[in-house]
Amino acid sequence: MPISITTEEILETIRMVEAENLDIRTITMGISLRDCAHSDLKVTSRKIYDKVTQTAENLLKVGEQIEAEYGIPIINKRISVTPIAIVAEACEAENYVDLAISLDKAAKEVGVNFIGGFSALVHKGMTKGDEKLIYSLPQSLAQTERVCASVNVATTKAGINMDAVKIMGRIIKETAELTKEENGLGCAKLVVFCNVPEDNPFMAGAFHGIGEPEAVINVGVSGPGVILNVVKNNPDITFGVLASRIKETAFKITRMGELVGKQAARRLGLPFGIVDLSLAPTPAIGDSVADILEAMGLERCGTHGTTAALAMLNDAVKKGGAMASSYVGGLSGAFIPVSEDAGMIRAVEDGALDINKLEAMTCVCSVGLDMIAVPGDTSAATLSAIIADEAAIGMINKKTTAVRIIPVPGKQIGEMVIFGGLLGRAPIMPVNKFSSESFINRGGRIPAPIHALNN
Amino acid sequence: MQVKGSTRIVVTVVGKDKVGIIAGVANVLSELNANILDISQTILQDFFTMIMIADIAKCNVDFNTLKTRLEDKGQDIGVKISAQHEDVFQFMHRI
Repeated sequence: MPISITTEEILETIRMVEAENLDIRTITMGISLRDCAHSDLKVTSRKIYDKVTQTAENLLKVGEQIEAEYGIPIINKRISVTPIAIVAEACEAENYVDLAISLDKAAKEVGVNFIGGFSALVHKGMTKGDEKLIYSLPQSLAQTERVCASVNVATTKAGINMDAVKIMGRIIKETAELTKEENGLGCAKLVVFCNVPEDNPFMAGAFHGIGEPEAVINVGVSGPGVILNVVKNNPDITFGVLASRIKETAFKITRMGELVGKQAARRLGLPFGIVDLSLAPTPAIGDSVADILEAMGLERCGTHGTTAALAMLNDAVKKGGAMASSYVGGLSGAFIPVSEDAGMIRAVEDGALDINKLEAMTCVCSVGLDMIAVPGDTSAATLSAIIADEAAIGMINKKTTAVRIIPVPGKQIGEMVIFGGLLGRAPIMPVNKFSSESFINRGGRIPAPIHALNN
Repeated sequence: MQVKGSTRIVVTVVGKDKVGIIAGVANVLSELNANILDISQTILQDFFTMIMIADIAKCNVDFNTLKTRLEDKGQDIGVKISAQHEDVFQFMHRI
């Protein structure tokens, strides 16, 4: 085979990694735990620990090997498992906290920083297992470090389970209270979804869906910094041309994910699942989605025009990425977590960005209201109503939406809370002061929408 | 595209130009029995940039050792040397 790569191309790749923070955000191994079900919780717990530690034994090593050989940083190695509510359903136990502890231990043993799948899918109703899992959430999140949890409360086909939405408001409050020493950190590991994807490699919402194989490798790529430079270096081009440039770059970023995913799968002897082509920001300067939107010509992220800018960015990333990978899945789009994005934090502090604008932005990008800190005295009903609004956006628009919100105990509007690491820091944002209590108390289900008469 | 195990690596050297950079890198590669296939160099914003493509099929150490040896050499002569499998560039820039 002739040498067909030019010097410019080699330097471009190196620049992306060295100067623009291009990285593989995560290699996530999905592991089915369906064969771990047992009537005795202790047996289930042991089986879960054994299966996770055996299946993922080499995950970290292989990740590090690939990182060294290709010179592409792989930031996180993670694990997602079958929703624990399904695995634990057969257990004759009152709660599932022990299973969370078992997952936490397994994660520490194999050296992954998060394990996702302490989850329940309750969009149409709850089984006994779902209910026990949900009520185990606050204790589980308080007693573990690496376990991530998610609850799917709505889908386009089933509607919104408002009973579950109501409970989740209370669960979030309780979780914040139990982890108040760490500013309600437990809530940063809990996502409430509508239309949850079953193969998402990103935390905190990852789990191994019921249609998935025994074990699988999924990869999440990232690269807001690379896209930012493209936008910055082209200040005067029109949107059509800009979209093309973003597509070309998204293509290149995604190819890295494809390469790393296939290599990891081959070396671990597992099938390759999907590449999730998301722009996932980190608190590092320049690794921000808000900065990209501002580079398009907005004085601050959150001002008028932000939703349009984000829609264009999100779509261009998807178009470029879809061409680059044989299998695209997960969340695939731009993430807008406030606490993890330096540009978003600045926009909030400058008064340019509030929850209402963020909600509008979630209509056109992946995920939803993500890593948002609100005053500790926000009522459970208000949290539920925020979840209901997001779920409604997802349900009607046939897309994934989610809420990861932290009512920080003892904190008021304008204060700053620091979560540290990838979770960053968050300014406390105001919520609407009027009550949603009676609305949330109705309960029942919001019926699935009609999709023939679209307007 | 299948992921194939290419035996070629790309060695990149970035730093201030001085005497002996190419010789230094070439020496390490020759000691370890890696065959240099191509060399190109440019000056990019005052920085000396050299790219070397080498075949490591008959290399007498594993890739990580080779990489470490090159990085150490880079420290000796005051430039940054990195080594990566060629696949990463093929995959990013070619379908």
